[in-house]
Amino acid sequence: MIEQLLQVQTDSPEVAWSLIAPLVTLALGGILLITISSLIPSLKDNWFPAAFTAGTAAAAMVFVVDIWDRVSSTGPEFVVANSMSVDQYTVFVTGVICISVFLVSLLFHGYLQREGFSGPEWYVLILMSASGGVLLASAEDLIVTFIGLEILSIAVYVLASLHLRRGESQEAGFKYFLLGALSSALFLYGIALTYGATGSTRLTGISQSGLNERGLSPAVDSSMILVAMALLMVGFAFKVSAVPFHLWTPDVYEGSPSPVVAFMASAVKVAGFAGMLRVFFVGFGPYVEDWRPLLQGLAIASLVVGSLLAIAQSNVKRMLAYSSITHAGFILIGIYAAADPESRSNGGVLGAEAFLFYLLAYTIMVAGTFGVITLIGRRDDGRHSLDDYRGLFKSNPVLAVLMSALLFAQAGIPFTSGFLAKFRVIAAAAQSEAYVLAGVAMLASVVAAVLYLRIVVSMFLVDSPAEADEPDALPSGLSAFPLAGVTAVAIAVVATIALGVLPFGQEILTDAAEAMSAMR
Amino acid sequence: MTEFLNEWGITIMVFLPLLGVAAMMLIPKEAEGSHKAIALGTALVTGGFGAWLLTKFDDLSVEELAALNETGNVPLYESRQWIPTIKASFDVAIDGMSLPLIALTLLVTPLVIIYSLNHIPKPGNAKMFLILMLVLHTGMLGTFVAQDLVLFFVFFEVVLLPMYFMIGVWGGPDRLYASIKFFLYTLFGSALMLVSFLALFAQTGQETFNLVGLAEAVASGDIPLGTQVLIFGGMFMGFGIKVPMFPFHTWLPDAHTQAPTQGSVILAAVLLKLGTYGFIRIALPILPDAAVEWAPWIGGLAVIGIIYGALGCLAQTDMKRLIAFSSVAHMGYVMLGIATLTDFGINAAIFGMVAHGLITGMLFFIAGSIKDRYHTLEIKRLGGLLVQAPRLGWILGLCTMASLGLPGLAGFWGEFPAILAAYQPAEPLSEELFRVYMVIAAIGTVLAAAYLLWLLQRTAFGTPSDEFKDDPEIVDVKLTEWISWVPLLILILVLGFVPGLIFDITDSSAVEALKNIGVK
Repeated sequence: MIEQLLQVQTDSPEVAWSLIAPLVTLALGGILLITISSLIPSLKDNWFPAAFTAGTAAAAMVFVVDIWDRVSSTGPEFVVANSMSVDQYTVFVTGVICISVFLVSLLFHGYLQREGFSGPEWYVLILMSASGGVLLASAEDLIVTFIGLEILSIAVYVLASLHLRRGESQEAGFKYFLLGALSSALFLYGIALTYGATGSTRLTGISQSGLNERGLSPAVDSSMILVAMALLMVGFAFKVSAVPFHLWTPDVYEGSPSPVVAFMASAVKVAGFAGMLRVFFVGFGPYVEDWRPLLQGLAIASLVVGSLLAIAQSNVKRMLAYSSITHAGFILIGIYAAADPESRSNGGVLGAEAFLFYLLAYTIMVAGTFGVITLIGRRDDGRHSLDDYRGLFKSNPVLAVLMSALLFAQAGIPFTSGFLAKFRVIAAAAQSEAYVLAGVAMLASVVAAVLYLRIVVSMFLVDSPAEADEPDALPSGLSAFPLAGVTAVAIAVVATIALGVLPFGQEILTDAAEAMSAMR
Repeated sequence: MTEFLNEWGITIMVFLPLLGVAAMMLIPKEAEGSHKAIALGTALVTGGFGAWLLTKFDDLSVEELAALNETGNVPLYESRQWIPTIKASFDVAIDGMSLPLIALTLLVTPLVIIYSLNHIPKPGNAKMFLILMLVLHTGMLGTFVAQDLVLFFVFFEVVLLPMYFMIGVWGGPDRLYASIKFFLYTLFGSALMLVSFLALFAQTGQETFNLVGLAEAVASGDIPLGTQVLIFGGMFMGFGIKVPMFPFHTWLPDAHTQAPTQGSVILAAVLLKLGTYGFIRIALPILPDAAVEWAPWIGGLAVIGIIYGALGCLAQTDMKRLIAFSSVAHMGYVMLGIATLTDFGINAAIFGMVAHGLITGMLFFIAGSIKDRYHTLEIKRLGGLLVQAPRLGWILGLCTMASLGLPGLAGFWGEFPAILAAYQPAEPLSEELFRVYMVIAAIGTVLAAAYLLWLLQRTAFGTPSDEFKDDPEIVDVKLTEWISWVPLLILILVLGFVPGLIFDITDSSAVEALKNIGVK
């Protein structure tokens, strides 16, 4: 019997492990961490889980560098029965996700101690989610895309509700889950329609059929594919919180534990954008004229709504939720410019470079910003109204200066990465002659500057209210804060300024951008 | 050594203040004395070095300098790579147009720091205050030497933050409102300006951001006039708000009134010139055809500004606010000179900028000193300054005379030639229209005499009110005040008698800036 079973030939594909090493490292790291922690319970309450997670991210980063060198010489590699593609674009996005995991794991350490939670599950979920993000960015098949999207999201649904003492956290998790599930359903429907229209879920297969429809044979139901594209776009728009699919964002950002928001705003969004880009560039490249206007609409709506509604908020986390919506608008402009059919002819990868640089710069600065928010949230993570930031400069000048640097970077002030990111996006938009879009984006960034200024103003210019007798007054002096968290914020600030002053790593950006443009 | 200074001189001048900043960062803020010493020393060294550099001026245009630089390093021109991928380069130069303004900046900053030696405004913290001052210094010098649009924009923005903090932290009771208004107005302008810069870059084939290169590309290219007019419009918003031109002037009175004395002086003496300088350095030479289309409108807004500013002055009850409104009027003359598109007008404009910088800077110094003594600037409560502090009163008298354009003082050579230039505007412009402008501007000088004499009469003449009669704080000019004022007063007199000192320098570059006007 057993012999018979053994004789059955299973047709499993060959797996090029070395090329998907970052993905495997992240997933395996999560599994190892939970295994070790359950075998040796004494480890789970100290620095071990954080160090292990940061180490896993660093190890994945090492693989990223190695694979980068390999695909630079060999060109894009298709692995696991062509269901995933490893090119410089994937590797770049993987690197950005690893950076996010690294910074967030540092933030978690002090946060969990302050809040009195123990256990490795936070870290495990982060690693799992990140591996889903990497899968999403490299998927060459809509089914794999969907699996990546779900691995990415489900872990974050849980993370959002993990702060057991706060009702808001439960609410955030529940809300995020319900709306996320709806968007997944729409996404799945989009996949089904795509399959119905083109007979394939493989991205290259979809684009092949599209070529036929445009040129050779009328094999494809074009109205069905239009609906399918719209549904897929909605699914991604939910993940990256583009208007009008942003309604969950402020509530979830406000309610979720702050370091989780750092992850949500950075890695989850990056993965969402990366997946969106690959699906539409590779799969729906022939239909670019049909889906490109969608991007324009989403971008304008995100910019306008994100920047205007941010002004009316009084809670810093909500403010930054809206600001992340505005950033999504900028990133969408990057994709819009990168998708410009004209740009290929005049050799421009400006749009692609702008998009990738924005992802990198945004990840670092948003992780840093929510890092500061994590540090000064006080026990129970509930003190995030603007008033709680009053006079921070007086009590903690270093934190206030770091926070201002990050906020000015988000506002796009020169000598920060935020300026160059916005500059590149607008330059790319100008190259595609999308002047209206560029103008709206710049005006939105001025309006959004109000919001960053409001936070800076309350930190610097307003004296702190008398809170000496308050039981949970913010400790003064940097040593009162967890070292790992402060380190993460400092790294983010240094990187943000360094990226804005020194134009290093340009070759990497250009290579990744060329790989990205080659996908179309 | 000469070779080295030819290659690095301007860069050293621009970044010298940051060296002082770095030193001050390392010293704890309690050591106020050493902070003041370092700041003053840095500003003086920068001033001395800069003055030495300016003596190398040889009446060459930027274009000629660039050509000479091909064969070997020449003084006053430097070109090096900066961010190659976005084609931004670190091109800096000093020509006849920027020289007077650089000299003004090099002079005013040390004087302001001398004044600060015993006038650090509340809430103290000399360290931060002086650091901001030096950062501002770098930003201002950088803007005047920049020959690359990206570099120009970066420095233009860098100026924004120190001034924002200076108003917001050290300002008067309404400082929050004033600082945010200042910040947002300027940011709004520069947002549109950046879109214009990038549109220009895209339209000229994405070759360069260098000003001379762009001017050539536009002259030889075929950008439709409508597009040029739109691009000019974006620049107009950026520069016009900074000037400030009617109707974008409303930030100025608030900012001036709330800013500390030092902030007001720098704002009036240098910052406002960044806008007018942008017009003659960037907008006119690069987009001559659009300038012809815009000139009637600019001239119109300029004369509205002259009259509106003057009427505004007559309605003020606060001395500082009155001086601020007089800035609106004076910058109107500068803009009228520019709008004529003649070399005569541009010479007048540059002279007007310097003269306004000296005179209005002085007036704000005096206002600050009066505020120190009387603790109010309400005109109706002041009076009898000549009795109580005769020297202060006479200096005020001299400066109001200079400000209203009395022949023999510097102010005359800013206003009178500008009015005269409007009599005969450049070829393509309507003579009738500009003659109307000329008449209105001339009426403006009468109003200027009215409000300035009224100011002088109400504050300096008469007898001291009972309130201040025996106030021991009201003393005559102190030593630091003398030191910081005398150079300005001497220059006001000298330039009044020998205006050729500036006209000889500016003339050839004014001609150069206009060489493409009316060519097509």
